[in-house]
Amino acid sequence: MAGVRVLVGTRKGAFVLSSDGTRRSWEVSGPHFAGWEIYHLKGSPADPDRLYASQSSSWSGQVVQRSDDGGASWRPVGNKFSYAGTPGTHQWYDGTPHPWEFARVWHFEPSLDDPDTVYAGVEDAGLFRSVDGGDTWVELPGLRGHDTGSSWQPGAGGMCLHTIILDPVNRGRMFAAISAAGAFRSDDAGETWRPVNRGLHSEGIPDSDAEVGHCVHRIAMHPSRPSVLYMQKHWDVMRSDDAGESWHEISGDLPTDFGFPIDVHAHEPETVYVVPITSDSLHYPPDGRLRVYRSRTGGDEWEPLTRGLPQQHCYVNVYRDAMAVDSLDECGVYFGTTGGQVYVSADAGDRWAPIVRDLPAVLSVEVQTLP
Amino acid sequence: MIRVVLPAHLRRLASVDGEVKLEVVGAATQRSVLDALETAYPMLRGTIRDHDTKRRRAFIRFFACEEDLSHEDLDAALPAAVAAGAEPYLIVGAMAGG
Repeated sequence: MAGVRVLVGTRKGAFVLSSDGTRRSWEVSGPHFAGWEIYHLKGSPADPDRLYASQSSSWSGQVVQRSDDGGASWRPVGNKFSYAGTPGTHQWYDGTPHPWEFARVWHFEPSLDDPDTVYAGVEDAGLFRSVDGGDTWVELPGLRGHDTGSSWQPGAGGMCLHTIILDPVNRGRMFAAISAAGAFRSDDAGETWRPVNRGLHSEGIPDSDAEVGHCVHRIAMHPSRPSVLYMQKHWDVMRSDDAGESWHEISGDLPTDFGFPIDVHAHEPETVYVVPITSDSLHYPPDGRLRVYRSRTGGDEWEPLTRGLPQQHCYVNVYRDAMAVDSLDECGVYFGTTGGQVYVSADAGDRWAPIVRDLPAVLSVEVQTLP
Repeated sequence: MIRVVLPAHLRRLASVDGEVKLEVVGAATQRSVLDALETAYPMLRGTIRDHDTKRRRAFIRFFACEEDLSHEDLDAALPAAVAAGAEPYLIVGAMAGG
């Protein structure tokens, strides 16, 4: 019987949650790498037993862990992330030049067809690639070296490259998103990049419609329709129907359009999920009610999903990499909170239940659908 | 033989219990001890000092014989008691909550 494996990164370790296709009873494994921040774990689409994990701490820096057996065992691989050439500077919070300094890996995106090839999005924003299973890392400098690179500036969480999307149809096309520089697209497998932020409008930057400088929180794509992208920006939920060439707002009737994650139903490309958060200064759900919002119309019209979620006294946040969907016949939706809960809905969001309630703050959630 | 004490997180990363014991070629200095440590436990590379510059990470300190050696010359001889294995060389995570 098909099953799922949920990979959870937290402030104090990694956890692996496993269930069969019913997604009712769960086996919990962990903490792995106890005491370390695990920003992200992700499995290879080409070999689900191959996993990559970003392990870091302020004391000891970056470690990369790799599993070849679905998370049963791990071994540290390469952790040397050196920017190509002379790194130069970007803008600091106050607008002054600041040297580019590697801090951590925020996101791993394994290749669609080679388990040994994996991309890493890092802070300070840069894109690295390994073609030897994580043993060595080489920067793809065309992104950070874009003409606008020296003007990029960090968001409150640091200047992180947090989203990497590989187009499964137009091979060689990739998307990356950086807080607070914006969205970028490559059509040549990451060699050269250009900003794709037309239509974004952001307060707090000198030119609200600027080519770069937008705090994009997350981008999502349905693999069957790669020209359509959904974006949760700092404020505003956005959509592009032309692979990022232009964006239009689809916040519609959301109670607030601030938030972090966004994801797409595995079988319905027009069904989208967000978790509205009160504001940029109040990182918790409006009215203390944890509600996922679902649009079945590709945006603009949203419905609150509340069954099984706390509807009073709830003041958690859901981070940008902490939502995922499985691809079972009835799509499962998952998200984790800063309060340590990981919720699952086995019916596309209609009803929710906690898998675990008391983990450390959840930084990331990914799910693998297993045969 | 040099005795090295690692912080708990790095003991787990290196899969060691208790102290690490190292044979150091040539003079016992902080640099030669750290080189020997990283040779024996390559997964520790980058977690104590920078891969390239070899600069100590900001939240890591080096102590021995009740002295803070963090800012001492890396090529200076370690105290005789450390070189003889009577006292350990301590790699310490800066005191902080979390």
